[in-house]
Amino acid sequence: MVELTLFVIFGLAAVFGAVSMVWARNPVYSALGLMLTMLSIAVFYVSNGGYFVAVVQVIIYAGAVMTLFLFVIMLIGVDKSEERTERLPVQRPLALGLLALFAAGVLWAGRLVWVTGAPAGVVPVDGSIEAIGTELFRKWVLPFEVTALLLIIAAAGAVALALFREDGGDE
Amino acid sequence: MTHFLETVFQSVFWSAVIKVVFVFALLLLTALILVWFERRVVAFMQNRVGPNRAGPFGILQTLADGLKLLFKEGIRPRKVEVGLYLAAPIMAMIPAFLIFLMVPIGAPIHIGETTVTLQGADLNIALLFVLAMSSIAVYAIVLAGWASGSKYPLLGGIRATAQMISYEAAMGLALVPVVVFASSQIAGGSLGVGTMSFSRIVALQAGSFRGPVPGWFVFSLLPSFVIFFTAAIAETNRAPFDLVEAESEIVGGYHTEYSGFRFAIFFLAEYINMFNLSAIAVTLFFGGWLGPGADLPYVGWLVPIFWFLLKTYALLFLFVWIRATLPRLRYDQLMTLGWKWLIPLSLAWLVVFVLLQGVRVFGMPWS
Repeated sequence: MVELTLFVIFGLAAVFGAVSMVWARNPVYSALGLMLTMLSIAVFYVSNGGYFVAVVQVIIYAGAVMTLFLFVIMLIGVDKSEERTERLPVQRPLALGLLALFAAGVLWAGRLVWVTGAPAGVVPVDGSIEAIGTELFRKWVLPFEVTALLLIIAAAGAVALALFREDGGDE
Repeated sequence: MTHFLETVFQSVFWSAVIKVVFVFALLLLTALILVWFERRVVAFMQNRVGPNRAGPFGILQTLADGLKLLFKEGIRPRKVEVGLYLAAPIMAMIPAFLIFLMVPIGAPIHIGETTVTLQGADLNIALLFVLAMSSIAVYAIVLAGWASGSKYPLLGGIRATAQMISYEAAMGLALVPVVVFASSQIAGGSLGVGTMSFSRIVALQAGSFRGPVPGWFVFSLLPSFVIFFTAAIAETNRAPFDLVEAESEIVGGYHTEYSGFRFAIFFLAEYINMFNLSAIAVTLFFGGWLGPGADLPYVGWLVPIFWFLLKTYALLFLFVWIRATLPRLRYDQLMTLGWKWLIPLSLAWLVVFVLLQGVRVFGMPWS
C-alpha cells in the first residue's frame, strides 16, 4: 500500500517534471523539472530497496549534473527565453501522432501477459551497499577499472582539446 | 509511566514522529544559541564585549533579533520570480534538517524491553546520504540568487555553485579513508564488510588507540579530518570562504533581496548547517557520543548527549575562531585551494592510507 501510494505520487511528479522540462520557456525551470524527475526516480529506487542506487542517483544527477547545468545556464545568460516560432512546421502534429501511437502501444502492451507461472522462489534482490561493493570489486573489478580509465581519458581529452584551441589561436 | 513510554516507542510511526519533532526543536534551539555564541566569541577575540543585555550574558539576544525579523515587513522586489523566490528559503531548510536525522546524538536508551536509538534514522548509507543532502543544499542558494532578479544575488548564486561543487569533491574523497578504516577495524583488522552507518562507525571508535588515548578515528586519520573540516567551512560558506556573501564585493550575495523572516530562514539554515557538519565531524572522527560514562540514576542517558554536545561545540568554536582570524580569500585563491591542493592531497592521502591499511591487514606483498 505504501509502495503504491509512493508510486502514484512520485510517478505523477516524475511525469510532471519531464513535461515541464520540455514545456518551460525559461531554461532554469527546465532544469528544475529535470531535477524533480531525477528525485522522483530516486524515491522509486528507495521503495524498491535500492538505497545505494537511490543515494547515488541524488548525488550524481540531482547534485552534480543538474548543478552544473544550472551553472552553465546562469553563465550564458538566464534572461533569454526560448522563442516559440516553429522552424519545422510539421513537428508538432508529428509529435502528437507519435505520442498517440506510443500511448496505444503502452495500452496494448499492458493487456498482454508477459511472465507466466509461479514466481521462482523468493530471491531477494540485495541492493545494499555491501552487496554492490562485493559484486563490483570482486567479480567486476576489471570492467569497473576500465570504465574509470575511460572517464579519465574523456576528461583529460576535453581539457586537452580546450587547451589546444587556445594555443592555436582562433580562426 | 515507563509502560506508556515503552508502548509509544514500540510503534514505528510514533517514535519517528517524536524523533523528528525533537530534532526540529533541538536544531532551532541550537541555531539560536549558536548565533549568540559566535557573536560573543568573536567579540571577545576582537576585544569587544558583544551582546550582553538581553537575558543573562545576552543569551536572549538572538531571540530578540528573531522576533524583530519576524515582525518586519517582508519586502518583495518587483522583478523577482515569485514562485522560486518564495520557495528558496524553504529549500535551504529541508536538507539542513534531513542531515541531522542521521547523526546519533547519544547512547541507545533502554525503556523496559524496548531500545530507543537517539538517532532519527540509522541508515546503512548515512554517509552517502549526508553527501547527497549537502549537494542538494546548493539549490536553495542558486535559486535564491537567480529568482531575486538582481545582479548581486545572481553573482552570489554562481559563486556558490562553483564553490560547492569544488569542495564537495574534496569532502567526499576525504571521507573514503574513514570507510576503509572502519571496514578494517571490523573483525579485528581482517578484511570485513565495511559500514557507512553512523552508529556503527561510532561503536568502532570505542576502544583505545594507545594507552589512555581513546580510539577516535582522528588519531589515525588526521589528514582526512583536516581536509574534511576545510571543505566543511567552504560548504557552509563561512569565512574565510564566504565569497558567496562577500559584503565588500557583492553586497549580501544571494540573500541581498530577502528581508524579514525569509532572510532569517537563510540565516538559520547556515547556522544549522554549521552545526550539522560539526556533528558529523564529531561522529566520524571524535567518537560521537562516546565518553566516560557516569552511573547516575534516571539521568544517566544524558551523559553521552553531554559529551556529544561538548565535542560539537568545541568544533564550532574552531569554526568561529577561524572566522575571527583569517581574512577572506580571493576568488582564484579559493579555486586554487580547492582544485590544486585539497583534491590532490585527499587523493594522495587516500592512496597512501589504503596502501598502509593493505600492508597492515594482509602483510607485505612478498611475505
